Amino acid sequence: MTALIATLSRVVKAAATLLAIAVLNFFLLHAAPGDPAVVLAGEAGAADEQMIEQLRERFGLDQPFYVQLGKYVGGIVQGDLGYSFRQGAPVIDLIAERLPATLLLTLTAFVISLSCGIALGVAAAARVGKVSDSLLTTLALLFYATPLYWLALMAVLVFSVWLGWLPGFGYETVGSAYSGFARALDILKHLILPALTLGLFFMAVYMRMTRASMLEVSTADFVKTAKAKGLSGPVIRRRHILRNAILPVVTLAGLQAGQLVGGAVLTETVFAWPGIGRLMFESLAARDYNTILGVFLVSAAMVILFNIVTDIVYRIVDPRIGARS
Amino acid sequence: MSMWKRFSSNIGAMVGVLLLLTVIFIAIFAPLLFSHDPWQMVQRPFLAPFTMQALPLGTDTLGRDVAAQLAYGARVSLLVGLVSTLVALLIGVPLGALAGFYGGYVDEGAMRFTEFFQTIPNFALAIVLVAIFEPTLASITLAIAIVSWPPVARLVRAEVMSVRKREFVDAATLAGLSKPRILVRQVLPNTVSPIIVMASLMVATAILLESSLSFLGLGDPNAMSWGYMIGAARTVIRSSWWLSFFPGIAIVITVLALNLIGEGLNDALNPHLSRKGKA
Repeated sequence: MTALIATLSRVVKAAATLLAIAVLNFFLLHAAPGDPAVVLAGEAGAADEQMIEQLRERFGLDQPFYVQLGKYVGGIVQGDLGYSFRQGAPVIDLIAERLPATLLLTLTAFVISLSCGIALGVAAAARVGKVSDSLLTTLALLFYATPLYWLALMAVLVFSVWLGWLPGFGYETVGSAYSGFARALDILKHLILPALTLGLFFMAVYMRMTRASMLEVSTADFVKTAKAKGLSGPVIRRRHILRNAILPVVTLAGLQAGQLVGGAVLTETVFAWPGIGRLMFESLAARDYNTILGVFLVSAAMVILFNIVTDIVYRIVDPRIGARS
Repeated sequence: MSMWKRFSSNIGAMVGVLLLLTVIFIAIFAPLLFSHDPWQMVQRPFLAPFTMQALPLGTDTLGRDVAAQLAYGARVSLLVGLVSTLVALLIGVPLGALAGFYGGYVDEGAMRFTEFFQTIPNFALAIVLVAIFEPTLASITLAIAIVSWPPVARLVRAEVMSVRKREFVDAATLAGLSKPRILVRQVLPNTVSPIIVMASLMVATAILLESSLSFLGLGDPNAMSWGYMIGAARTVIRSSWWLSFFPGIAIVITVLALNLIGEGLNDALNPHLSRKGKA
């Protein structure tokens, strides 16, 4: 029951946040230099005088400000993210078509970075002060300072152009008639480089966090007790230290979800991955504001979703949290 | 041991200082180091690096000197990184301080506002802001500041909350000092060291953000930047790898230097924490 209430309050909060972003979007459209109707039509579609007149009418640009705001936000609530004149389709359709690719990419990167980051952090903490620990921490420091998109480009250069091991471009082989398992394998091959390059930066973040957290917990009294009981090092690490050290890492992972979704814009641009990040990049040059703001709203929704998922993970890892609230 | 002694005995931090000083030197003296400006065509396009002594890093797609572009790009990165961090501090410190010091409704409101900005994917918001307000150095700097301040506000709030319960604050209240005066003169100065650590790491993040925006084509068209160089060379990576490689290395070095300095400052200013970390 308490879990239900907690989930419900989260959903209400999520809805309020999305509503606030819709309002923010409205103000951004009006803050853009120039006539809002022309801005809405985007640079490409701006030539059509009739269309602009229609837009002016539809959003009631001659009406009071709050009426306009109500119309805009009301539209978004009903799933109307506007129309992309550049692409000739409603924004919501464009996003729906590309969302699965982005979800596949970000979720894979999230799982890889979190699981490998925690595993490497545990390994580094277990060998603290030794050469392998210094090597791991130095590597993490280096990846932490590397721009995502540059790492992606260099990965394409090495693994795709020079070695020819993996495709560095697209979602699946163009013109192939693969189906079923063969198609899944083909997509997986295309997924490896984007997911790894997107995940590496975050892996470095989680590794550093896990290492620090493990070292901090390992000085606690209950660890001394476990040692005095004669338990072996690996057992103490896994059952006593890790279970307590992992909590701040999961919290951080939830907070970092937003950066993962933002990073997808860069990764998808480099790998021509047909997701919403690539859609946003394509819309930048065309000044297709409706699409840009639509992707912005949907990516915020994705972050909220990630947060809810980490919250559930948190409850599984630490049952005390559900019991307390 | 004094703070400076601890800092200067940290090898990583000293390496960071050395690297950063080099980058700053190159940025300041770019016009003296290169006689031509970074937009000027000096040789045939796609000249490979290490083939001509006068152009050690080769030329780009339009025959411009890559080394000169790197030097001028350092100016943009450092300037945007520094100024956007200062602006983020100007937003985050007062908000966090008021929330932590006054508590109650002020705290509630300020934290809801901060939480909202923390939920929004910050890179996506930066893209939206720069795209709508036209890419200029000012709009890029402001956009980065707007997406970077929430962690500052949370940090300052937490610090102020713990400091305001200390005895010297009670003493100041007994001495008849007004609340705003206590906050500014007694509480805030005691929160400076974690803010300094965070600020040095924020400059690094801001540089990464600026380069990412420029990479997507959202850089100031009048300023040569590292991200722009990589973005422009993206399509020719198969034939001219060096055009994307060198600017990336420049970014890694600068960001790494700032991270090393930030960690060194953290260890020097909070010796208790660092000892715990190394135990």
